[in-house]
Amino acid sequence: MTRVGVVVFPGSNCEYDAAAAVDAVGAHSEMVWHTATDVSGFDAIILPGGFAHGDYLRPGALARFSPVMEAVRDFADSGGPVLGICNGFQVLTEAGLLPGALQKNRGLTFLCQPSRVRVVTTDSVLTHQSFVGQELSIPINHFSGSYTCDDLTYQSMVEKDQIVLRYVENPNGSRDDIAGVCNENKNVVGLMPHPERSMSELLGSADGKILLSGFVAGTFARH
Amino acid sequence: MANDSGPLHRALGLTDSELDDIREVLHREPNPLELALFGVMWSEHCSYKSSRIHLRRLPTEGERVLVGPGENAGVIDAGDGIAVAIRIESHNHPSAIEPYQGAATGVGGILRDVFTMGARPLAVMDPLFFGPLSDARSRWLVEGVVAGISGYGNSVGVPTIGGELTFDECYATNPLVNVLCAGALPVDRLVLGRASGVGNLAVLLGSTTGRDGIGGVSVLASAGFAGDDGAASLDDAKRPSVQVGDPYEEKRLIEACLALLDHGYVVGIQDLGGAGLVCATSETAARGGVGMDVDVTAVPQREPNMQPYEIMTSESQERMLAIIEPSSWDAVKALCDKWEVRATVVGRVTEPAVTSSGERVGMLRVRRGFDGEVLAEVPASALADDAPLYDRPRQRPADLDALRADDPTSRVPANISDDVAELLIDPAWVYRQYDSQLFLNTVVGPGRDAALLRLAGPGLPASQRGVALSTDSNPRWCALDPRHGTAWTVAEGVANLACVGATPVAVVNCLNFGNPEHPEVMWQLSESIDGMSDACRALDLPVIGGNVSLYNESGGRDIDPTPTIGLLGLVDRLVAAPPGWTWRDGDTVVVVGATPTASAAGSRWATSRGWRGGVITAFDGPTFAATARFVTSEVARHCAGEPSDVVAVHDVSGGGLAQALLEMAAASEIGISSDLPLTGADLITETPGRFVLATRDIAALRERAERAGVPLHVLGQAGGSRVTVGSALSVDVADVRRRRVSALEDALHAVK
Repeated sequence: MTRVGVVVFPGSNCEYDAAAAVDAVGAHSEMVWHTATDVSGFDAIILPGGFAHGDYLRPGALARFSPVMEAVRDFADSGGPVLGICNGFQVLTEAGLLPGALQKNRGLTFLCQPSRVRVVTTDSVLTHQSFVGQELSIPINHFSGSYTCDDLTYQSMVEKDQIVLRYVENPNGSRDDIAGVCNENKNVVGLMPHPERSMSELLGSADGKILLSGFVAGTFARH
Repeated sequence: MANDSGPLHRALGLTDSELDDIREVLHREPNPLELALFGVMWSEHCSYKSSRIHLRRLPTEGERVLVGPGENAGVIDAGDGIAVAIRIESHNHPSAIEPYQGAATGVGGILRDVFTMGARPLAVMDPLFFGPLSDARSRWLVEGVVAGISGYGNSVGVPTIGGELTFDECYATNPLVNVLCAGALPVDRLVLGRASGVGNLAVLLGSTTGRDGIGGVSVLASAGFAGDDGAASLDDAKRPSVQVGDPYEEKRLIEACLALLDHGYVVGIQDLGGAGLVCATSETAARGGVGMDVDVTAVPQREPNMQPYEIMTSESQERMLAIIEPSSWDAVKALCDKWEVRATVVGRVTEPAVTSSGERVGMLRVRRGFDGEVLAEVPASALADDAPLYDRPRQRPADLDALRADDPTSRVPANISDDVAELLIDPAWVYRQYDSQLFLNTVVGPGRDAALLRLAGPGLPASQRGVALSTDSNPRWCALDPRHGTAWTVAEGVANLACVGATPVAVVNCLNFGNPEHPEVMWQLSESIDGMSDACRALDLPVIGGNVSLYNESGGRDIDPTPTIGLLGLVDRLVAAPPGWTWRDGDTVVVVGATPTASAAGSRWATSRGWRGGVITAFDGPTFAATARFVTSEVARHCAGEPSDVVAVHDVSGGGLAQALLEMAAASEIGISSDLPLTGADLITETPGRFVLATRDIAALRERAERAGVPLHVLGQAGGSRVTVGSALSVDVADVRRRRVSALEDALHAVK
């Protein structure tokens, strides 16, 4: 069974939800405290949502210095699947594991609402079981979710097929409607929407399963 | 302790007769520190001295009740080995002065009340009351309060799943910010806030102690705003009494405390809220019948040169007091270190003293060093329990009869299309700013009749049950008739629960009233409590907790009586979402429940025109209960995944039947046409006890209603692009949607 480490910072708050979602698609989740220095025993790593170290400075600005992030970097460098959701995405950009940055939402308020995203590429560890153009209903929940990057980075990302998900209706002012991106190697993915919150029709949508079951499947191969 | 204007005890909010009571307790003159301790503990906010004799009339017993009023939170047995803790509070005056921090710390405080019981906080609701948005200050307050709740609640990791938004002139300078929290725990982990075991340690957890919030309960919460412009003129004088919140500290404090409880390291635990350390130490000691020595020099301080009275009464946020056995200290320290939570031994549980008459009295001793000088020595129970109780004079308002005689019903126009469109408002701008989904439990979130959650959370036994929450208030009705108005408010909460299939099991209340020294306010409070009591007895509901917020006045004007009622309900089996507000083309739309006499008294329609008179219909418990039970069973069947022909449900409340139909049509993007000969007044009557249902099989629904003895009237068929009722109402659905969505944002962002 796929062992998924869920990284917990003191101010994480979506760790239980991420763990429950991973377990629901047949993997086995374990919490990893932010002071851990080795995550090589896991098959995949998730950085969940929340406010890692309070995020009074800037989301993820302090978390990149937590010991676990060196371990996550080593894990990612060796090709291990890494997923950052919301605050986890912010942490991955701050740590330089993903390009770009997340700014405050266009409207300068927190937004918790349903959203629809469209799959841009299936060449990523998160989307390899979906199809290009597939629309998924996955809610957002963030204050700083407006994706931005400079023009060179953007062109490079387009050329290297690193834009993974786009919003159908841009809720936060993200550049080019970007909701999720990956690294050049396609094994590190970050997204602002919360797939773990869309795992059941009872809660409004089960589309998150398409992404998370792919992420934990261990079958992703580069195109 | 500056004392330039008269005797010290008065500066601390104590009356001359209260000073005499203190002398009698101590058999001597109190010293200034002791006076300060009494000043905060005997404040209205902490002691309920004006309301307690009336609150005793409320029913508090019930088969599910595990903990009733008087503890940090009420607790019920939800079944499946799970208990639910619930509490409601106000943070009105702090929010009037500093809306962001006032609201934020209100959330922080209520969370601590709930996790103090061993429960993980799983849901917050925020009923909010402001002046009209045409006033710039009200707009500033709305934006600040909502941002404060959002900023604190989202970060601390507890979903905010609902609330209320009320605008009325009477709140213009005294807004109300109420906050309800519910949490869940395995039944066997229930802990109470009491000290026991002589020699045990009192450990202060969390934040350092600063000068913020000193005297908050007495200076802020237990006095009105004096100036004509209310809070505005007192901003500067009272702002130092407002505390500042740190959700990251609170988040770590929650996790550390729940872990300490999981490991069984804690024999008693209590939060530090109003009145700070003196409240936590005296209450835990009094409940446990023991004494406590507190070393003020051991308390980690945020600022230099803090005085003992400042340390004892500071309301610095994000602090807890845990009573532990000395042998657990190393383990407690290690666990707190992991969560980066400061833990300091500040007190010891002591043997009660034996008086000359042989009575055992636990003494709270404030010392400089554990074996050092005794700075204050007071019976803990005298502080915690023995504040004088007042039966303040009550008087029916002299103008009430004239007000009731001025009934606006005859002024309702025959066609109300334009009038009802003005009342449309969608609170989505508010609740979009709240994380309403954390913990994957939210089946019905904000913006509907009641919120509905799966009864699940980290560390809880598995269950298929659901828990429903609703908060309701109706100051318009309560101003005209606090007794029936409050009874109907309880009923309105029950009706909201029925819409999500939940059976009500417990009530909590937050009683927001004016100055209790005004006899008319005490009459309102007493009548309101009687009305709540009537409704709770008729509906077989225990009251398991409450909060009384008095002195909501400014410039001598009291707010309208505003009892906020929180309802907790249960759904036995929750595997499918209940029907929403959405009907489909061709569905039959019906109204179930007894048709009330048409009345515009206390309606949104009338009050929006400044017509505040009329007579509120008397509360009719049995008829209401039968209808609510019928709707509950219809919806619960849906939730249990059983076949059901009911596709939509909504109760009739604020704005009347017209508002209910407009909201459902807007949600459905489909109209409805009815040729019933209803009048404009019929359509805006707000008396609870009616529900709009849409069904695919009218014959089957009618038969079930007849069997239950519940009246059912067919309104018409869903379809088309307009809501039309006879000649009284005709509006375009797209127009309704547009107005509803934009009403709040347009008002907030208008430059006036």
